[in-house]
Amino acid sequence: MSDLLKVEDLWVEGRPPGGEYIPIVKGVSFSIKPGEVLALIGESGSGKSTISLATMGYARPGCRVSKGKILLKGEDVLELDLKGRRDLRGSRVAYVAQSAAAAFNPSMKINRQVTEAPVLHGLMDENAAVNHAVDLYQRLDLPNPDMIGRRYPHQVSGGQLQRLMAAMALSCTPDLLVLDEPTTALDVTTQIEVLKAFKDIIRRENTAAIYVTHDLAVVAQIADHIVVLYNGEVMEQGTTDQIINRPTHEYTKTLMSAVRKTPQGGASHSGDDEGISATPLLQVSDVTAAYGPVTILRNVDMVVEEKETVGVIGESGCGKSTMARVISGLLPPVAGDISLNGHSLPGAVKGRNREQLKRVQFVFQMADVALNPRQTIGKILGRPLAFYHDMDTAQRKDRVGELLELVELPKAFAKRYPGELSGGQKQRVNLARALAAEPDVILCDEVTSALDTVVAASIIKLLESLQERLGVSYVFISHDLSTVAVFADRIVVLYAGRVVEQGPTARVLSPPFHPYTKLLLSSVPELRQGWLEDVMETQEARSGIAQGVQMNAVGCPFVKRCPVSIDGVCETQIAPKRLSANGHVIFCHRQIDELLSEQEMAVGTAVG
Amino acid sequence: MTFAILRRLGLGLVTMWVVSLLVFASTEILPGDVAESVLGKDAPDEVVAAMRERLGLDRPPLVRYWDWLSGLMVGDLGVSLGSGREITELIDQRIWNTVRLASITAVIAVPLSVFLGLLAAMKAGTILDRSISIGTLCVISVPEFFMAALLVFVFAVQLRWLPALPILRPGQSFLSSLNSLALPIVTLTFAVMAHMTRMTRNAVINVLSSAYIEMALLKGVPNYRIILLHAFPNALSPIINVIALNLAYLIAGVVIVETAFSYPGLARLMVDAVSTRDIPLVQACGMIFCATYVLLNLLADILSILSNPRLRTSQ
Amino acid sequence: MSTGNTDSTISMAPSEESNGKAKTDNLRLTMTAWIAIAILSFWLFVAVFAPLLAPHGEGEMVSMESFKVVEEASFLGTDYLGRDVLSRIIYGARMTLGLALIATLLSFSTGIVLGFVAAISKGWVDQALSRTVDAIMAFPSIMLALIIIGGVGTSLTVVVFTVAMIDATRVYRLSRALALDASVMDYVNVAEARGEGVMWIMLHEILPNTIVPLAAEFGIRYTFAILFISSLSFLGLGVQPPGADWGVMVKENLQGLLYGAPAALLPAFCITTVSVAVNLLVDWFLHRSSTMIPGELME
Repeated sequence: MSDLLKVEDLWVEGRPPGGEYIPIVKGVSFSIKPGEVLALIGESGSGKSTISLATMGYARPGCRVSKGKILLKGEDVLELDLKGRRDLRGSRVAYVAQSAAAAFNPSMKINRQVTEAPVLHGLMDENAAVNHAVDLYQRLDLPNPDMIGRRYPHQVSGGQLQRLMAAMALSCTPDLLVLDEPTTALDVTTQIEVLKAFKDIIRRENTAAIYVTHDLAVVAQIADHIVVLYNGEVMEQGTTDQIINRPTHEYTKTLMSAVRKTPQGGASHSGDDEGISATPLLQVSDVTAAYGPVTILRNVDMVVEEKETVGVIGESGCGKSTMARVISGLLPPVAGDISLNGHSLPGAVKGRNREQLKRVQFVFQMADVALNPRQTIGKILGRPLAFYHDMDTAQRKDRVGELLELVELPKAFAKRYPGELSGGQKQRVNLARALAAEPDVILCDEVTSALDTVVAASIIKLLESLQERLGVSYVFISHDLSTVAVFADRIVVLYAGRVVEQGPTARVLSPPFHPYTKLLLSSVPELRQGWLEDVMETQEARSGIAQGVQMNAVGCPFVKRCPVSIDGVCETQIAPKRLSANGHVIFCHRQIDELLSEQEMAVGTAVG
Repeated sequence: MTFAILRRLGLGLVTMWVVSLLVFASTEILPGDVAESVLGKDAPDEVVAAMRERLGLDRPPLVRYWDWLSGLMVGDLGVSLGSGREITELIDQRIWNTVRLASITAVIAVPLSVFLGLLAAMKAGTILDRSISIGTLCVISVPEFFMAALLVFVFAVQLRWLPALPILRPGQSFLSSLNSLALPIVTLTFAVMAHMTRMTRNAVINVLSSAYIEMALLKGVPNYRIILLHAFPNALSPIINVIALNLAYLIAGVVIVETAFSYPGLARLMVDAVSTRDIPLVQACGMIFCATYVLLNLLADILSILSNPRLRTSQ
Repeated sequence: MSTGNTDSTISMAPSEESNGKAKTDNLRLTMTAWIAIAILSFWLFVAVFAPLLAPHGEGEMVSMESFKVVEEASFLGTDYLGRDVLSRIIYGARMTLGLALIATLLSFSTGIVLGFVAAISKGWVDQALSRTVDAIMAFPSIMLALIIIGGVGTSLTVVVFTVAMIDATRVYRLSRALALDASVMDYVNVAEARGEGVMWIMLHEILPNTIVPLAAEFGIRYTFAILFISSLSFLGLGVQPPGADWGVMVKENLQGLLYGAPAALLPAFCITTVSVAVNLLVDWFLHRSSTMIPGELME
């Protein structure tokens, strides 16, 4: 079978504004057969998006192809004139962008945009195109396939919009689909349905696809071949099985090891019988928090001991960031109490004294905006030293050097500005700033979420070593269960502002689970092929059809998605606390043994 | 959507009312008053007091405000201090002259600017765009009175193509009045066009660099279709805003141009009233101009709401 | 020609994340920027050293002849009263540029402080300030000036204060918007969580990030002030004769145009040069990013 697409020695250069052209893609070659899915994986800056766009003969402003051939069914795309390229775009090669919200024209109804390509390319008339579109919507599992196309993009949810974009791409039944990080922006539970939809339809239409992503586990589910990119060059390429299980190149190996391990019960970190001491370091008791009339957190209890990491997990909107804000005093709680070593803390920053403030420090997710671009690193780190410890200039200078060393950065960085640092380096500075205060607890709010996999892994390592050396505790907030599983001693699971389960990591990650925890666990793609199919077979997937997260005052917040909910009870009554083994707590109307038996069975079949 | 529009209307009414308050209040702020200024500082007290009484200035401010406001609403604009005539009479002749000047200018300037702005945006970065940019920059740097003086000097004095001072006779045919109107219109057009072109260019560039435009390109949609069907509907709202913003320039320009050319319009009447401290006339003219401005902005806002599907439909 | 409600940023260039040296990047001055700086330096010099440079006094009548280049006057000739045009232009530089500077400085100090305060306090303080500003901005600038001057009378103080007030509203809006943008940045949250006071945050965290757009705005407002004040003088409502101000000079010598004497054009031309120079500088400042439009779209 001859190649559908053959990329030969592709070189692309890019020019930053006001600068010179430098190569960003260097001599990349690969090929795809009809019906095959090829994944382009790499971290940001590896050139994968640029390559995928080049297959359509397109270069973003500031980029240009300098060398190479891209043969689509034998015809060189790069040699085509503009008309030729327009002809193939949308009809033979179609693009699915990363952000559906941005890629859809806000002023045009969805159907019009979906049918535009086939009509323009003369493949079918307006009516036929609409019918074809509705058919696609159905196959992509979209609700209300007849009506959904008549809306405007802003009237439709994110996950749905992503699938609509797939429909738009498939409307001309192209030979090749280019998918550019299509599920990266989605929640883990939404990601599953979208992935499944893509995979099904690709198989059915026998379309070839280029799947661009940095997420290896996702790739394992959907790709036949993988091309590993770094800094614009191909590091290694081969079949999915070979790359994942028998990588040969150093970089590929680093990538594989950095990829989160599947959370299993019995993670190395947590000891089994960790009781809660009488006066824990930090205690959050029955906290309710709101922004104006909207309540975000309800009746939250949480405990942090010394030299311990408590992971807080949940998806977007569950209130985990709010939790950090409440603890730090940025958002005073409406009800409940926060205490340090048994002494109650005033709710707001204003009410706390310097001692109290210094003991709890906050590290934010986006290092870019957490560091003032107009201050040198030295000034940024020096301020807390002056503020909390009254150090003078000379003392500060020394201590800043020490702090930089602590986070494994060269002392010379003190003179630099944040704009000159990479993402990982900035996050280290963020950490150093928190450490400058010499705190007891550090609140880490999604600190690795914006970082590349390899860099994120190094930050986690740093956090662990700092905990060893300094005895500091962490409240580690994340939506990424696998990272938390490896790193945290205890886990708190949040859903819609309530704690649904908490306890030692090992306990939380093995049955019995709260139904939501189970859903989360089963949504995290494993780094093995065939996982997607297994998941699809279990009940989890069906309950994951994304509904909005509802904050309700009564009843269990998970009731609409719960596969084991009890009619008449779960909607109206707040779930009671059930105690499992030491410190393991689940809030559910079902009894622990009920959950246990039902889940152990399911786990058995899935792993099998 | 209806709610958004109604709210906007309500806001417009409130704004008008606030404007009327401020217009009235500005004449109350200072030491000395109308009577004094009419009679002069050296006038004997009793005469001033008598004048005050005659003008009704001895009543409390709120009463006077109410009187004035209620008069406005029925079309009674008061009496000019300078000439003693009914203000409505004075305005009547002039208002149409100003409207004529402003509307002809708008009809020429708006389409031209939008066209030039679109052109510059679509050819962004090229020589054409740079020239348009530099050209408009120079024009906005030039004060209107310079433009007026320069045009008069060149076309009226040196070349003698057009009259320097417009002579407008009532009942004159439109065409013959054009000759007189030419220079004022050209001056005003330049003033307004420069800003509008620049702003349109920026608004369109903003739209053209959006992700959905790239998406359209990647579907193989031809350029003309992208501009017309994808870009334009999204540019409509910002462009309407640009036009509304430039109404201010139109009004400002009218004031200068009418003065420079001794054009018998409402703006010049107002300037004269300001020089002679003919306060009722100042108030009346001010109200008319400001009310027009508020109304036009209101219209622009409403059109903006209508052209934005996100505001048009409910979630 | 910018009397009126200006959109405060002339160009809406998308903000650029600078990679590499953050401090003094892309400060290559283009040809146009150099020209602009040259022009402004020239006029600054003239304005400061006016009494030393002008050959005659501001109101000194040097000749009985109007609009003529005579011996007693300098190469630019006399104005409608027989005064030396060159001298009046030199003194006019001082008056026009000086008054505009005062007005702009006034507007900036009020606008920035109020804007920041509004952004940080939020709540009713923000509401009160913003509504007041909205009320003032409901008037086209020139109308507002006319109405106030009509009520209060013509005097330089009134003119300067009116212009300052009008400018302050624009500066307020810009500062408030910038401060609001900055206040949701995490580095402000970090400072808040640390326990820093409002003043410290404003000075150390927010202000440094707003310097660039504010500096550009200063240029824009300054130009506006120059044009506005001279326009008002042209209308007879600003600087009063025999004071020398470029706007007044145009008004006075307007009649001369009809007799072929270009005396009225000179001061107007001077205003234009200053205005062009400032606008070019601001444009260069803001326009340092390249266009982000896909190349294909422009074919």
